[in-house]
Amino acid sequence: MFTGEKIAELLEQLGVTHVVTVPDSTIGRWQSAIEERAATRLVRVCREGEAWQVAAGLYLGGATPLVLIQCTGLLESGDAIRNAIHDFGLPLFAIIGYRSYLNQDTIPGDTCLIFTEPTLDAWRIDYRLVSEPAQFDEIGAHRAACGDAGVPGAILLAEGKA
Amino acid sequence: MTATTTTETARTTGMSAKDALAAVHAARGARDIVITTMTPARDWMLLPPTPLDLVFVPSAMGGAPSMGLGLALAQPNRRVIVCNGDGSMLMNLGSLVSIVNARATNLVVIVFVNGTYEVTGSQPVPGAGVVDYAALARAAGFESVHAYASIEEWRSDVRHVIGAPGPTFVSLAVEPVHGQPGPKSPGPARERARRFMEALDA
Ligand SMILES: Cc1ncc(C[n+]2csc(CCOP(=O)(O)OP(=O)(O)O)c2C)c(N)n1
Repeated sequence: MFTGEKIAELLEQLGVTHVVTVPDSTIGRWQSAIEERAATRLVRVCREGEAWQVAAGLYLGGATPLVLIQCTGLLESGDAIRNAIHDFGLPLFAIIGYRSYLNQDTIPGDTCLIFTEPTLDAWRIDYRLVSEPAQFDEIGAHRAACGDAGVPGAILLAEGKA
Repeated sequence: MTATTTTETARTTGMSAKDALAAVHAARGARDIVITTMTPARDWMLLPPTPLDLVFVPSAMGGAPSMGLGLALAQPNRRVIVCNGDGSMLMNLGSLVSIVNARATNLVVIVFVNGTYEVTGSQPVPGAGVVDYAALARAAGFESVHAYASIEEWRSDVRHVIGAPGPTFVSLAVEPVHGQPGPKSPGPARERARRFMEALDA
């Protein structure tokens, strides 16, 4: 839906210093554009639970991290989210790819569609669903609003194939 | 990164975790951040605290090295020392790969290898007595890797080991202690996070 250049430019405008990530076939395509930006460092991790914990350390150290993962990775991140956001109270922000939302050609009946949004609600993460290009500005607006309020938040970015 | 430096000693006996931590406490620099979790956190809290201690209790088990990686990247002019349990290390082995990949030269991961999940009643960890943590770290790409079973050797080397360019991995064979309570949170985590951030700013 969005090019890597457009996302990378937005992240730079938002003051994001580190993007902590595990790719999928949509958000993974943004990596090279993000890496080209001097102001934003890409941090590759091996699983998504790790991503929240690295982001927690970055935030404590005074950086402005963003977690960039697929919704499958959100589902494996529970204890890390609980600890970082709810024990230590860190207002971490994520962009989460919403697998199969736009079409289910690759995975008909993808159960991600059943569990992703209830999981975000369970973790009390204020999220906005971005499902069409016209909503691009909502990404920055929601990030800014969460930043101003000092609360965690997420963008759930509709994707097609896995 | 430094050239490979490996110190292997016999693994048949272990040192006391409290003594090993006391050596870290004596050797850490004034600007160093120290993250502790599980029984290393419990025993660290017996030593005089500093504002740059991050007692990772409550934790997400396994998360301490990742938290350390984030801090090391955000604070490149400080050294970050992580004191981790072996069960916790097993829960997040991928973090070793992430740390090397991120070239976190100011990060030191110390694993207290007691072969048990001591906090939960000393059940054996998978691979107790078999897993070679130093070899795992080396295989993940760490070049500065050390293993100690003798407190005398650890005491004499600790300053040099944590002071050298990293990322650095240390495996300490420590005696399991049975029947002790686990670490207790030293206070509300949110408040501690706030104070820790202030200390980094100061
Ligand atoms: C995700 C998760 N699984 C299980 C537990 C229960 N638990 C708490 S402490 C602990 C053992 C920790 O073992 P280790 O890291 O080896 O440290 P030690 O207790 O030996 O110091 C376990 C399994 C937990 N807290 N979180």
